[in-house]
Order: sequence, then C-alpha cells, then structure tokens
Amino acid sequence: MSAGVAVKKEYWRWQESNWRSADIDWREADIVSAGVDVGSVSSQAVVMTDGELFAWSNMRTGSNSPDSARNAMAWALEHTGMKVEDVHFVVGTGYGRVNVPFAHKAITEIHCHGRGANFMYGDRVRTVLDMGGQDCKAIRCDARGKVEAFQMNDKCAAGTGRGMEVFADLLQIPIHEVGPLSLSVVEEPPPVSSTCVVFAKSEASALLRKGWPKERVLAAYCSAMAHRVATLLERVGVEPEFAITGGIGKNPGVVRRLEKELGLSTLKSEFDTQIAGALGAALFGRSLVQKQRAKAEA
Amino acid sequence: MQAHYGYEDGSGRYTITVDTELCNGCEDCIPACPAGVLEMVEEDPIDERTVAAVAPAHRKQIKYSCAPCKPTGYASLPCVAACEPGALAHSW
Repeated sequence: MSAGVAVKKEYWRWQESNWRSADIDWREADIVSAGVDVGSVSSQAVVMTDGELFAWSNMRTGSNSPDSARNAMAWALEHTGMKVEDVHFVVGTGYGRVNVPFAHKAITEIHCHGRGANFMYGDRVRTVLDMGGQDCKAIRCDARGKVEAFQMNDKCAAGTGRGMEVFADLLQIPIHEVGPLSLSVVEEPPPVSSTCVVFAKSEASALLRKGWPKERVLAAYCSAMAHRVATLLERVGVEPEFAITGGIGKNPGVVRRLEKELGLSTLKSEFDTQIAGALGAALFGRSLVQKQRAKAEA
Repeated sequence: MQAHYGYEDGSGRYTITVDTELCNGCEDCIPACPAGVLEMVEEDPIDERTVAAVAPAHRKQIKYSCAPCKPTGYASLPCVAACEPGALAHSW
C-alpha cells in the first residue's frame, strides 16, 4: 500500500495574472505613473506611461500590506526593465493604501474606482458597483469619472468575493465555474436568507443535506448576493450606463441576476475588472505630476 | 458629492450623508462628535479642499458609534447641530 499525502484542492483559488504592453517603450514616456491597490483579498499594481496602460498585475493579498504592495509592483514590472524608482508618481489605494511603502500619496478606492471605470468603460459609464473582496460600494460618477455620489455599508463579507471563495470551497467547485454553474438551474430557487458568510454557509449545508444539487445551492447564494447589493444602489440611483468592477464582476451568476433585478445590462470591458482601482490610482498619479509641474512653472 | 455611509442595526437600515458641496471645511463637527466618528478628507484627490467624512475605523461599526446619540432626537444631534451649512444628515 502506498502512503499518500492528501492534497487539499483549493477550489477558491482564482487566476492570478499579469500583463505588459509589447509596443510601448517606457523610456520614451514623459510621465510614468503607477497605482497600487492593496485590497483585503487581492492586490493589483497598474503602471501607465503618459496615461496609456503599460503593465499590470493582479494577485492575492498576503499576510501584510507592504509586502503585498511590493510583490504586486514587482510582478507588474517583471521583464520590463523598469524599477520602482523609475516611476514618477505612485498612488496607493484600497484597504491597505496607507501601507504602500513606496507610494507618494494615498487616495480612497471610491475616487479610484470612479476614475478607473471611466478609463475601462469609457465616459458613458455613470454608475459603478465595486464588488470587492470584503465590501461593496456603489458609485455614481460624471463623464470625467469624478465621483458625484457613493454609498458604502457596514457589512463585512456580505455579498462579496471572499464569501464566494468560501462557497467554492464548501461545494468543491472551482471558483470560475461557480457563476456559469449557478446559471444552469432550470428554475430559480429562493435566495438563501442571509448573505453573512457564516450563516449562509450553514444554510447551504442544510440545503445540501436536504438533497439540493450544487448548482441550485449556488444559484440561491448568487441571487441572495445580487439582491443584497441591489439595495446599495437605492440612494445613489442607477443611471445608465452601468458597470461592475472588482472580482465579482467576473461571476456571471451574480452579474446576470443583478442585471435582471435592476432591469438593465452592464458594460463589458476588455480589461480585468479587478484592476479598476489601481488603474484609477495610476491615472490620478499622472494628473498629480501634471499639477506639480504646472505649479513649478507658474 | 453625496457621500452616503450606510449601516444597519436591529431597527432598520440607516445612512449618514455628507453633502461635500455644502461642507465648508470648518471642522466644527470633528470635536462635536462624542465618539470621534468624523474626520477631514480631501474632497477630490486633485483638489486640496478638505471635507468631513466618516473615518474608516468607524465605517463598519457606525451602529455602535452613533447609538448613544440616538435618544437625543434628531434635532439635537451634536454633529448635525454643529454643522452650520447643514452638510450633515442622518436618515433617521
């Protein structure tokens, strides 16, 4: 008999990624700016040259914010020949924004997501729902991506990425399959009564014992999440066009149900929805350099 | 900008709203709040104007931080009373 070591499969593990432009020579750029978004679950770094996307990375946040920021930045700059010192202005954002050691300034994620979404989806985007790792925010912005109103709430992991990770593990479904699988139900089940991860998990366990198939349980959870975040939009209002940023933006099980509940469709982007915050931060970095230069000339 | 900070307690869902267009940056509300819920932040990252906001440390616990003032009634809430331009509002 061979002694085996049980390897626990990590169903929650989402795809980390990085990207760099093949066409841009950063050495020719006038302003190199970067944004580092250290969230509770994921961290991103975005590097821009004169307002054009040059490189980015998206990875899991580690046990401490400064290291997560350094790792994200290092991965974004991998094989580019650029060093952190070559960046003119770094803006930190997200939950760990004050713990980005090489940042010149920290800006709240609300402002950054508005600005980032404006770049990703174009100036017609008016309502942005940031569905992050541990909280959600509804943002209304103008044609320049400036925030006109926002709503946040006091809930913890309710209706967020971390909750989805827990469910992927509980049901042993790889996280990127959760959304599509939840949409395979023939009839929509009633939503679970709580989006609190702890309560929802015990409710889901009870449903599984009752004999519910996995896709039905996932559908009940995704629809509870969609309903929960729809209430965030009550005060801010939903003015088209509408976009969802953050990791849940990649989960069609939540996105489709939310679209149905609100009666409108979301904008799609060629960019990774998780980089919106860091992208906005990098854009602010560029504006701040321009402002500094204008001041110096005056 | 309408900044809505929502929270939920046993009696329902509520929101504290800061109208940053009305806020004049006087900072009178900061010492007025007995729980130290408010702080000054930049209204826009490019602009240097500062306005009142619910401090990050309180955002997940507004229901506890603001609960002691609820019995005073809306009209005599210390933060609302301190705000001359009327930029602060509670939904209850």
